[in-house]
Parts: sequence; structure tokens; C-alpha cells
Amino acid sequence: MPDTIATDSPFSDDERRTLLALVGAVIPASADHDMPGADDPDIAADILATARPYHATIAKALKQIVSIAAERYGPSYADLDAAIRAKIAGEVSHSRFAGAGTLVTITAQCYYRDDRVMRSLGMEPRAPYPDGFDIPHGDWSLLDPVRQRGKIYKEV
Amino acid sequence: MTDPVDVLIVGAGASGAAVAWSLAETRMRIVCLEQGDWMNPGEYPSSGRDWEARAYSDMSISPNRRKRETDYPVNDANSPISVANFNAVGGSTILYAGHFPRFHPSDFRVETLDGVADDWPIDYAMLEPYYAENDRMMGVSGLAGDPAYPPKESVMPPVPLGRAGAAIAKGFNKLGWHWWPSDTAIATETYDGRDKCINLGACSSGCAQGAKASTDITYWPHAVRAGVEVRTRCRVREITTNGDGMASGVVYYDQDGVEQFQPAQVVVVACNGVGTPRLLLNSTSGRFPKGIANTSGLVGKNLMFHPYASIQGIFDEPLDGYRGPGVCIWSQEFYETDPSRGFVRGYTYEINRGRGPVATALTGMFSGRIPFGEGHHEAYRQLFSRIAGMVGICEDLPEEHNTVTLDPELTDGHGIPAPKIDYTLSVNSRRMLDHAVARSTEVLTAAGAKDVITEAPIGVGGWHLMGTARMGTDPERSVVNEWGRAHDVKNLFIVDGSIFVTSAGVNPTRTIQALALYIADSMKRRLANLFD
Repeated sequence: MPDTIATDSPFSDDERRTLLALVGAVIPASADHDMPGADDPDIAADILATARPYHATIAKALKQIVSIAAERYGPSYADLDAAIRAKIAGEVSHSRFAGAGTLVTITAQCYYRDDRVMRSLGMEPRAPYPDGFDIPHGDWSLLDPVRQRGKIYKEV
Repeated sequence: MTDPVDVLIVGAGASGAAVAWSLAETRMRIVCLEQGDWMNPGEYPSSGRDWEARAYSDMSISPNRRKRETDYPVNDANSPISVANFNAVGGSTILYAGHFPRFHPSDFRVETLDGVADDWPIDYAMLEPYYAENDRMMGVSGLAGDPAYPPKESVMPPVPLGRAGAAIAKGFNKLGWHWWPSDTAIATETYDGRDKCINLGACSSGCAQGAKASTDITYWPHAVRAGVEVRTRCRVREITTNGDGMASGVVYYDQDGVEQFQPAQVVVVACNGVGTPRLLLNSTSGRFPKGIANTSGLVGKNLMFHPYASIQGIFDEPLDGYRGPGVCIWSQEFYETDPSRGFVRGYTYEINRGRGPVATALTGMFSGRIPFGEGHHEAYRQLFSRIAGMVGICEDLPEEHNTVTLDPELTDGHGIPAPKIDYTLSVNSRRMLDHAVARSTEVLTAAGAKDVITEAPIGVGGWHLMGTARMGTDPERSVVNEWGRAHDVKNLFIVDGSIFVTSAGVNPTRTIQALALYIADSMKRRLANLFD
């Protein structure tokens, strides 16, 4: 949970509403996998805090999304069906580093470090350091055919 | 004005550290000016839950995205490949993956062998003792006997093969193609005060364990103990010259932003293939109106990246995922020139072990394999811990129209003109990338991958910056001579990747450092008549 309070946020109420509607549509909750949606209060707070330095870029993207929703469907984006919200989000997220893509990137960053999500994926909810991880050293006899073939570099 | 020093080194990265350590035994007064900080490994991303997110922000490989106070911006809008670097004691070794291949003998003779570019004025045999010395200082892990190289020893055993390495090795074996455990700058045993690798998996954001050989924890502790002074947060604006046309020192901004002049008998530039031409071009005078050491007009020209192809397979079974160092095994099946392929020179495959949960999501979502909304979780689980593949690192040949110049408008925080990159991918590189994608797809399919995700070139992959102050014996066709001294200025040396004549098809750091040690040794042997 980020160490921030809502009043610190540069996002207006309308922007927050659109943003939460977007992230919840992009990564919805899953009862089958016992996973929250990205609009879960803890994850959403993390997203809003992480997105703060990118407010200008994201606000512009949210405005575009609201405009597309109004043009095509009439109601506000946040009131649309989740499938339509996800479809619009996909359309405007062309790149990781611009506009809505920035918000999708931040959403994934915050979602996939949540304890509940990590546990559901079979991960320990912890930082890599200091415990690290084990991986098998491997069977180096796999190199036998490479050795048998002999040298391949060019003599000069 | 501060007290004069014997040797002033600009930049504390891979090459600055090596040259400082080597020269320290002379007992000369040596100072290194570094625009970045000493890093605190305890603050590296792998110590926190946000370890993947920080690779996109304060520990990004892109200075334009990272925007630390210690960074300078780079205008690379006119290049399909953007610049990656890091500014700190340790330089870009803080963020490199630790792939540590040597050049091959053929890499120094491309004109003779293939009729392209130029031969180097030195060769593999001359550099070999310095490779070996550097291997001991950095602590190289690997397995002796690689048939793609002349005989060489390893300091420590190789990093684990893991599930991903084993799967892909079997793919290479099915095709009868070369592969071998990678040489890595990662300690697999405790070594010279460093702890052994514990498979944190976030090597490219700094190694909290200290297993990866960044020069802040390899060369620098030894150099500092031997008397070398490192001044951090000191950004050099220009190299000054005296009436004799010799370098007289540098003007820099200290940690408080105050302009200082540091006089020096010898100036050594170690700022990488973009930072070095930037500094030289910013160092103008009546004698050097085009920038110091630039009588040839070649400073900033012949910029080489390594165009990278990324080819990632999706497998049915779980592999290593987020665990383990990114380095694993390599293949040099397509390293040497074969005219039937439609291009000259070649490339190395470096096998990637896997990716973390966030990178998995982003790879899937932005390639259309993980939907936005319904079906997200099911599709995600088809990719999580099931992606493994490789990159093809292609030899880039020098072309004068690929340049680093000074941006007419963009500056850093001290008002110093920033570098501007103009770079075009050559037809030879494009063909090589296409070949790398096609052949690696065969390998991954043979290894059992059911789908392949490709990107070529990798747009953010300008990790290797080379060629912009090239080495040679002809002052009209090179910037420095065969032992790193500027043709125009007899007490100015360049020791970083900018002196590369050609790029080879491997990561450059091991060769950059071997060259730095070779140049330092050349200087020590000539101390009595260094300026003749």
C-alpha cells in the first residue's frame, strides 16, 4: 500500500473514475483464480500513486477515451459495459511508453506485485533479494555433440 | 583552480576503472571525475517489491526516461535504436546483464577477410594477455573449451543451465548447431569480496547481491586503495588546451554546480561512444575549431550500435521465468561470414532465461497474446514462466553517416550541449536481423516452442556505443593511434568503445576493458617519452 493520501493526487475525481473504470476492465477480477481486479482498492491506490509523475500524459489519454466513448456510445466511459471499456482501452494502447499505454504499463506493474496475485500465481510474495531463487544447474553432457563437432572459429 | 594532477580520467565506468587501476601502480597522482554517484547496492530494485517497475523508471536503461540529475539527455529521435547507458561510478556496468564474450581473431581483420570496413591496428594475440588480466579482475564465469574461440580459461564455473537453457540447448542439438555456456561477469563462487550469484533475476537493474561485476565493486576498490581519487557529481564541460596544442586540463562543474578548472599532465577520456565524442566536440578552441582531436573530421562519425533481434518462444511447460540471471548460454553458429547468407560478418545468439510477472503481462498485452478484459487471466497463465528465447546481437559495420553531433538546442542540467544521434540501419544489418529471426525460430521450434514473438531491431536496445573516435595508424582516417593516443594531442588518450574500428557481433565490455588495460600498459612502458 503506497504511503500517500487521496488529496495528494493530481487526478481529478472525473479522471480517477475513468482511470479506475479502465484498469478494472483491462484486468478484471477472477473468481476462478481467486484474483482481485486491478480496480481493487489497494491495487488502485498503488496505481494512482505510481501514475502521479505521468499525470499529464495519462490525463490526456483519459480525455481521449472519454471522447471516444461519448462519440460512439453516448454514456460516460465509466458507465459502459466492461467489455466495451476493455475494447476501447485496447484500441488506444498502442505503445508501452505513451498515453494509455503508460497507464496499462503501470497497471500491470502494480497488479502483478500484489500479494494475492503473486500467491495465486504460485510465487512467494517477496522481493528477490536477499533470499534469491534456486534453479537447476543442468546436465552438461548436453554439450557432447558440440564438443564432438570441433572448432568452428576462423583462424587468422 | 585545483592542484594539478598527473593523470585526469573523465568517466568512472568500465574503461575508466580499468585504466585507473592499471596506472595506479605508477604512483602518479590520478584523479577521476565522474558525473554520477557511488551506487548503494542495498537500494537496487531487487531489494523491493517494485523491482520490475523500477526498470521502467529510475533504473531504466534510457537516460531520457530515467532523468536522474546525474544523467544527460540524448536526442535519438532520428534513430531506430535509442541509446542506453548509466551514469555512476561503474557506468553502464551497473545495468548491463553481464554477458562477457571476447572478440574473435577474425573481428580484427574484417577488411582482409571480407573486404569491408577496416582492419584494426592490433589483433587478438596482442590483446589476449589483457583479456586474461581483465578476466581475473572482473571475475569471469564460464566453461573452457568453447569451439567458437581459441583456447581460454575461466575463473569460475558457468552460471546454471536451468530449465530454459536445457530446453533451448536441446533445440540447438537437434539442428546440429553450436551452443556453449556463456562467459559471464557474474560470480558463481565468492570472489574478491563479492558474494556468489543467488539467481535474483534482476541483473539489468543492478545486482543487490554484488555477484555481478560492475566496476564500482571490482576495479574501483583496488584503484582507490592504491591512491586514485574519484570525485563524483563532477560533470566535465570541456578539455582545454595550451599554446603548444597539448591538453592542459578540463573545465567541470563540481557537486555544488560551481565551475572548476582541473589542470592535468595527461587527460584520459572514458565516457563511452556517445559521451566521448560529445565531450571532444564541445572542446573547441582556435587551434581545434571542430573540436579537440578532430583534425580528421571523424570525431562522432562511424557510430555503431549492435542491432539486436529478440526472438522469444512460448513453451507448454514451466521454465525458469523470473528466476536466475538473464545470461545463460550462447550460440555462434552464424558468427563467421558465409557469402551464401546474403550478408557479411555475423552474429551471436544469447539465450534469455525468462521474464518476470510484469514483463510477461506487458509482452502478452502489447503483442496481442493476452487480451484486455475477459480471458486475461487464462491467457496470462499460458505465458507465465513459459517464455524463453534469445537475442541475436548483430555486427554493425562503420558508416560515416551514422553520427553523434551536438544538438543545437538540447542541453543537460549544466547547460552543456547534449548529443544528437543520426543513425540508419544498413541493408547488411537488416539482412542479418532477418536471418537471425528465421534461424532462431527454427531453434525454438525444435526446442518445443508453440509460438514465437519477435522484434527486430529492438528499439530500446542501444546498449553498445562504439566507433566514434576510431583507432588507426593513419591520422587522416582515425582519431587515436594504435595505443589510444589522439593523433592531434599527444597527452590526450581515449580508452572507451569509441575507439573501436569495427563492432564484432558480441557485447563489447570485455574488449573495452582489455583495450583500456592495453593502453594503460602502453603508457606505462613509454612514461619517459610519452609525449614524443
